[in-house]
Amino acid sequence: MVEFWKLLKSAPFTAKLGLLIIVINIFVGVLAPVISPYGETEIVGAEYEPPSEQFWLGTDNLGRDMFTRMNYGARNTIGIAFITTALAFFIGSVMGLMASTLGGWVDQLLSRIVDVILSIPTLIFALLLLTIVGTTIPGVIGVIAILYSAPVFRLARAVSMNVVVLDFVEVARLRGEGLWWIIIREVLPNSMPPLVAEFGLRFCFVFLLISALSFLGLGIQPPTADWGSMVRDNATLITYGEFTPLLPAAAIAVLTVGVNFVVDWFLYKTSGLRDDH
Amino acid sequence: MFQIIKMIVQRLGLGLLTLFVVSLIIFLGVELLPGDLAEAILGQSATPETVAAFRRELKLDLPMHERYIEWLLGILQGDLGKSLANGREISELVGVRFSNTIFLAIVAAVISVPIAVILGVLAALYRNSLYDRMVNVFTLTSISFPEFFVAYILILFFAVEWNIFPSLSNVNPNMGFFEHVYRVALPALTLTLVVIAHMMRMTRAAIINLLASPYIEMANLKGISRSRIIVHHALPNALAPIINVIVLNLAYLIVGVVVVEVVFVYPGLGQLLVDSVSKRDIPVVQASCMIFAATYILLNLTADVLSIVTNPRLLHPK
Repeated sequence: MVEFWKLLKSAPFTAKLGLLIIVINIFVGVLAPVISPYGETEIVGAEYEPPSEQFWLGTDNLGRDMFTRMNYGARNTIGIAFITTALAFFIGSVMGLMASTLGGWVDQLLSRIVDVILSIPTLIFALLLLTIVGTTIPGVIGVIAILYSAPVFRLARAVSMNVVVLDFVEVARLRGEGLWWIIIREVLPNSMPPLVAEFGLRFCFVFLLISALSFLGLGIQPPTADWGSMVRDNATLITYGEFTPLLPAAAIAVLTVGVNFVVDWFLYKTSGLRDDH
Repeated sequence: MFQIIKMIVQRLGLGLLTLFVVSLIIFLGVELLPGDLAEAILGQSATPETVAAFRRELKLDLPMHERYIEWLLGILQGDLGKSLANGREISELVGVRFSNTIFLAIVAAVISVPIAVILGVLAALYRNSLYDRMVNVFTLTSISFPEFFVAYILILFFAVEWNIFPSLSNVNPNMGFFEHVYRVALPALTLTLVVIAHMMRMTRAAIINLLASPYIEMANLKGISRSRIIVHHALPNALAPIINVIVLNLAYLIVGVVVVEVVFVYPGLGQLLVDSVSKRDIPVVQASCMIFAATYILLNLTADVLSIVTNPRLLHPK
């Protein structure tokens, strides 16, 4: 704990800012029911009311409180993006580690599948798959997790390729350890830092993709509060010079910048690379 | 020379193979739909007769491989099938929209490519200066901002506050060229802001990589003038990576238009795709996905081939 504070103190300003942004977002998301004055889908006023004492950020196209929707949006959007990223990482790294540890035809097969997935633009592929499985929340999570497991696979495979050839893995093999034991106890711990940094970056991509899909009306469906669809629902207000519909979009941008700051710092710390070019 | 031709043929072959596999995925993806396509579209209230008629109409009663071959041959001849939603020929729907999308992407490219390359080279030459750091911050911001955020900020200022450009890009084929450009100004500007930072970063990295290589150092030590080094020594080698950056970003532009088109209600292929996904109009989704994927793959292929052709090392084999 003491070490952690020391590390935090030595962090550059941007990383501290990034951490602060992330902590606030998590805090708001977890405590959404406590800090919000109204219910998530509760209609409490007239449509498009301007910001007032009663409604801090005004009301939306159906007369729901924007501030409340923002809080719940943090919970839903970030939560879903996080679950999706975690799932993508689980699939991608298990497959990647398996490919590098087993080698041979398993490696060939998985690598070629990943090549094909990566050759189609993600948004287009996601739209195609969503037409097939339908735009439900599990559908969105599943589709995006599978699509984003492809780049994770590549990274996990590349990183663990360098670990698999080391002596201690050879020793474990000779001892007769099973595949999973080798992957979990020998290969995974030595491939962690790049995967963790990648998790942050991928979270940003997933978060942006889900927001884009919701904005298109094909991601998280109403009445669930979500930042992407909130922009879509209230976009007409923008043509009257009102900025409140931009707040959810701004929230997406701020969180992404924050995560990027932290990832940059983490990469700098773990790789020892200096950005001197 | 033989070596280059061999490499190009290899890449083209690989590209064709990728296209083939992608067409398989786009077609078979629908086949893997849990349950029956006809029932899924008609809903549960449909009678068995209508479902059977619908299946015959979609040729769902034929075996899968026959339908795939027919679909693929149709696409190669420009016949994309019929829309489920309104029964119109898809090639009619797609034609104008695809050219609109390409038009938007080209306008965005004409604005963004020269700016990005010049700014990127400058960032490389004055690296670690204040200007370079500003470029870094700008890059981070632009990859973090959702496209619709950028688009609405532009609408808020350029269309609502200052009233310079229209906020809706409703174009039609009878419009003159300049009118067309005027209408797509805001979407093109949005796309420019989205891709420019990335292009700049990649140009910067390519040039820096190059300037750090030993043969440039050698030329420096020989006392050759700076302009000669840049034009004769650095540029031929920098060409390949820069062309690569440009073509890859064009590929990104073609795909990136989807969200932007929806924001500005621009009648392009992206909007058609989004509409068809929400209507579950599967033949249209398949056709648009195929067009997008093919364009993307072909542009990537072009980048590959161009970087082989412009690589001076391959022109003078040992």
